[in-house]
Amino acid sequence: MNKRTWIALAGLLCLGLGMLAGCSKKEDATPAATPEATQPAAPAATPIDPATVASVSGTVKLDGAVPKVAKIDMSQDAACKGTNTAETIVADGGNMANVFVYVKDGLGTRTFDVPTAAVTIDQQGCKYHPHVLGVMTGQNIEIKNDDPTTHNIHPTPADNREWNESQPPQAAPITKSFAREEIMLPVKCNQHPWMRMYINVVKSPFYAVTGPDGKYTIAGLPPGTYTIAFVQEKLGEQTQQVTLAAKDSKTVDQSFKQQ
Amino acid sequence: MPYNRALHRFAMFTAGTTFCLLIAGALVTSNDAGLSVPDWPTSFGSIYKIPHMVGGVRFEHTHRMIAEFVGLLTIILAIWTWRVETRRWMKALAVGALGTVIAQGVLGGLTVLFYLPPAISSAHAALAQTFFCIAVAIAVFTGLRWVEEVPEVELDSRRPNLITLTLFSIFVLYVQLILGAMFRHHGMSWWPHVVNAPVVALVLTWTAVRALAVYAKIEAVRRPAIALLGLLITQLCLGFVAFLTRVAWGRDAVQPELPMVLSTVAHVAVGALLLATAVVLAIQVWRHVPVSFAARVPGRAGSPVAA
Repeated sequence: MNKRTWIALAGLLCLGLGMLAGCSKKEDATPAATPEATQPAAPAATPIDPATVASVSGTVKLDGAVPKVAKIDMSQDAACKGTNTAETIVADGGNMANVFVYVKDGLGTRTFDVPTAAVTIDQQGCKYHPHVLGVMTGQNIEIKNDDPTTHNIHPTPADNREWNESQPPQAAPITKSFAREEIMLPVKCNQHPWMRMYINVVKSPFYAVTGPDGKYTIAGLPPGTYTIAFVQEKLGEQTQQVTLAAKDSKTVDQSFKQQ
Repeated sequence: MPYNRALHRFAMFTAGTTFCLLIAGALVTSNDAGLSVPDWPTSFGSIYKIPHMVGGVRFEHTHRMIAEFVGLLTIILAIWTWRVETRRWMKALAVGALGTVIAQGVLGGLTVLFYLPPAISSAHAALAQTFFCIAVAIAVFTGLRWVEEVPEVELDSRRPNLITLTLFSIFVLYVQLILGAMFRHHGMSWWPHVVNAPVVALVLTWTAVRALAVYAKIEAVRRPAIALLGLLITQLCLGFVAFLTRVAWGRDAVQPELPMVLSTVAHVAVGALLLATAVVLAIQVWRHVPVSFAARVPGRAGSPVAA
């Protein structure tokens, strides 16, 4: 090879290395354990008279036959010893767990304080606990790994910033937050492809996730007319309207039809 | 240039390893393991340490290790070819292979850093098969038959001529490859890939049947034409099974299931072989079945072929 050829090849190599370095810098620039957004200072919360607050509660049920629970094969990682059943639809006795219930409409321009306490996601038995989580915009989420194996936490949002970080066993918790409202934001682990959960990011504190008995309660609502939304990861969203007078305690049940 | 047995064998080895790399890449996609190693060019912060190979990491990191090995093979192949080859176009092809493998590595890194955007992931998939075709072509061009044999030539005066059909076959296969990659990487629905499949089958069958019907006595044309037909039938069957396991039965699967993984990886692998076979057929047709002068210059039929 002549001298010019060697120079050309060296230049090509430098270009490749430069691109690699540029890309790795981008990765390094992402903080590993800091809440997401530096947002402008939130306006002061609209006061609610505690003497007039009302509540809404109820049970979410599944209409029709309860689907057979799918099995998970965790054999690709010997460190995974969790319950090997999927949580796509959990409806013990027809009562649906993991339904996110929130006030979708009716709060007007009210603003609310973001809780200073973080909510926790725990990775245990190669599953996320909880499977469905509610959180306010800007509220911290602390993600822990209690498994003897490495996980990666990878939210795939539509309206928030995407990120993907690995977390070895006994690593410090990762703290994150989401800046914008988003319902059923999927979070997955690419190392263990059955691991999936959903985060629901809302602007108000008026939300709940149904428990194994299908029950939920949303308390502390000011009197008014509200649209209550019930969201299930596979069956989608259903809504109901409810009007609450001062100190009301109303029951709003909901049922989903198996598709 | 005399036949260089060692170079030819090395080129064959590079092409074979590239095929293994394609399978490793397809396993990453089918197992949804593309982001199990979240950083690049390092793996969990290290350039050389092998991570604990469990879950998705074993697919992603194995893919990265084979890719590094193929990169090394390509550097050696490019330098070796540059030093021993007397054919200038072969030198250019070897440097082109090196450029392609570098671009492929950068695309692979970008798709990790940008969380698998469909356009970049699909470009990574398409360039992988392009590089495989280049490696196969280098293996053909360094082979004994290509280097030392006097080619048996038969002029082609039919319309459309065979070289046009083979190039059209490569084009439709490429379109099909991109549609398939876009579907696999969640950038498009499945139906464009499925709708285009009969078009690909028609064009490839037309090409192979023409080659076998008219030029079967030329072994260099006959063999890839037969392989093309065989691979096409295999690929259509695999495509049907992949559709069932992924789209029809696997839509609500809680994790990648073995039948889906096996059928989709096999579909990608046979697709790569199909594209490479079409490229080999085009190369051999270009050499053995050139277009006659009369066919190239309309209106000059019957006139003698100028030297």
